[in-house]
Amino acid sequence: MSPALLSAPLLEALARATVTVDPEPAHVVGTGGAIGAVCRYLVGHWASSRLESGRLPLATFVVNVLGSFALGLVVFAGASESTLRLVATGFCGSFTTFSSFSVETVRLYEDGDRALAIGNAAAGLAGSLAAIGLAWGLVAAL
Amino acid sequence: MADSHPLVRLETVALIAIGGFAGSNLRLFAMGVVPDTASIVLVNAVASAVLAVVVYEAEAAGRLSSRARLVFTTGFLSSLSTYSTFALQAALSSTPLALLGIVAANYGFGLAGVLAGRALARRLGGPRPAGGETA
Repeated sequence: MSPALLSAPLLEALARATVTVDPEPAHVVGTGGAIGAVCRYLVGHWASSRLESGRLPLATFVVNVLGSFALGLVVFAGASESTLRLVATGFCGSFTTFSSFSVETVRLYEDGDRALAIGNAAAGLAGSLAAIGLAWGLVAAL
Repeated sequence: MADSHPLVRLETVALIAIGGFAGSNLRLFAMGVVPDTASIVLVNAVASAVLAVVVYEAEAAGRLSSRARLVFTTGFLSSLSTYSTFALQAALSSTPLALLGIVAANYGFGLAGVLAGRALARRLGGPRPAGGETA
């Protein structure tokens, strides 16, 4: 029997198995969320050791802008439902953080850096919206 | 630092991953029971409030170890809240008024959550020492 004859039914069976595998949304989102949380921890670690300047919480700014860009890319590229669950809801949702952003902004304000606190709030929003706009432009151009 | 050993760091990363799994699923659950925009406002406000309790409690009393705080805040709470979905909702809003509403709701309730969490932490932990450390 030739290898081609052997492999055809095998490939067919594999393809059928792949099509029928429908993982639970909670598992897909959770997996993306776990990867996103670890990546945020690692990027935060890297950014705070290299980019931290003065009292600016740059690590949170970096993850929020990068995560918004990635979310824009997958959404505007028209990714499938399960890809959106894994990357958009899971990875990008966990990689970016609103809670750290809001606590850091309030701490800047109460430490007397009021202009910096307002600037941090505005820069977070402007940076993330610009990143989403850039992702839209990139997808439209390709 | 206590977490300098590779195995301890590996354990920390694994616990952060578990926190990320749980936090993102709680957000998914909220998105299933509450309309999209409101669910993001809700998870962002709740996570901000709980994070504020943990951060300000650490200054006032510090009952949790720094590693437990790191795993709970970086793993679970930061994965429960999300900035990217909020930013995308704002970017895709149909009118400037809707954009303003989404930003005001997330920023307003997030700020209110932090202030409520701070008040609760100070009530739980007693008066804040002057010049507390940055978490």
